[in-house]
Amino acid sequence: MSLLLFDTLLCGLLLALALASVLSRQLSHAVILYIAFGLLMAMAWARLAAPDLALAEAAIGAGLTGALCFTALARQGQLALSPVVSWQQRCWPALFVLVTLSGLLLALLQIPASPGPLPALVLQELAGSGVSHPVTAVLLNFRSWDTLLELLVLLLALLGTLQVAPAPVRQNSWALSRSWSQLLAPLIILLAGYVLWAGASQPGGAFQAGALLAAGAVVLKLNKQLNWLAWRNIWVRFFAVAGLGVFVIAALAAWLLQGLAAEPVWLRWPPQLAKYIILLIETFATLAIAITLTLLVVAEQPDTPLSLETQDSAGGSDD
Amino acid sequence: MTELSGSLLLFLLTAASLVAIGVYGFIIGPEPLRRILALNIISAGIFMLMVVLAYRTSGSGATELAADPVLQALVLTGLVVAVSATAFALALLARLEQSSSEMSAPLQLKQTEPEQ
Repeated sequence: MSLLLFDTLLCGLLLALALASVLSRQLSHAVILYIAFGLLMAMAWARLAAPDLALAEAAIGAGLTGALCFTALARQGQLALSPVVSWQQRCWPALFVLVTLSGLLLALLQIPASPGPLPALVLQELAGSGVSHPVTAVLLNFRSWDTLLELLVLLLALLGTLQVAPAPVRQNSWALSRSWSQLLAPLIILLAGYVLWAGASQPGGAFQAGALLAAGAVVLKLNKQLNWLAWRNIWVRFFAVAGLGVFVIAALAAWLLQGLAAEPVWLRWPPQLAKYIILLIETFATLAIAITLTLLVVAEQPDTPLSLETQDSAGGSDD
Repeated sequence: MTELSGSLLLFLLTAASLVAIGVYGFIIGPEPLRRILALNIISAGIFMLMVVLAYRTSGSGATELAADPVLQALVLTGLVVAVSATAFALALLARLEQSSSEMSAPLQLKQTEPEQ
């Protein structure tokens, strides 16, 4: 009963925050309400028996998205009130959304209460996957196509962002926040390493560790630390691409090894090597995810021929 | 119809409502930044629906399974893709604002040229 009360409270808060974020008159309020919404989503994931998602959401949904939106707010200049939307302009979309919602609910209530055959299959095959945590096994063994393509999506988003990134917002950092962020850095690295290692048998893994590292790196970057962490650094580029590269090389190697057997299958690890392959891929994926997310959030205009600014005018140099 | 328990029904309702709120904000929200936030609320609703469906498994005590790891892995992938798409959208938005404020004069020139 008390659990139902907690659920009601959580769902009510989530809906209220989302609605307030959509309806608030000031854009900065909308962003702050959205960050609070992200934090509560992390709690909802924890409630719904998804600790992996809770870890990732706390770092990504609340931390990185918040930093992204605040950077966008800072670029907007003066914080004006939003233009007023008239009553008639609100009425028709609301009606449309209500009709859609009722259709959606009708469809959702048809969902059967019993799950499909997949969870049982995963548990059945878990022993040969190289790890003992089901979510990691699905991510890096059973459905590794998804993870491979996700790394590609991240890389493409980074390349696109680097091309269009506008001039960075100049801001000063406090001495206090600078020293605090330096204190935070070793803790973040330790925590990310633990989360990565724990991913084999407990909630954790490459995504959560990468998101944690990125969150720490973003805090340091906003405090004018970590100047080497920029796209112009050749090692940063190497590790941003290496996440995808190591994955493909490992898949090719596994494919060739299997070629000795009867029927080679793309992205299937040999069971006796699976543990080491997954650890190798996860380590490089963590670094790639951390670097890519950091550069996506900070989005400094690179001083390369890639950026539009240097193409437009030859003098667009950045420090 | 369905024999989902009370809590699950509540979360299912919340997921659908989040999608609805997001769609409403996407249609209404005057600023582009708020539309991007609304898109993120839609994706939060969809992720919540998937996680509720994953949780269904552990709700039934007979089999004593953990939550469906396939759906959770998909949502984990989705979270990272959503944040990278948001970052790209915000970079495009910033570029749009910068160029529309800086290059408004040359843009008008370009528009008038073909009329000569």
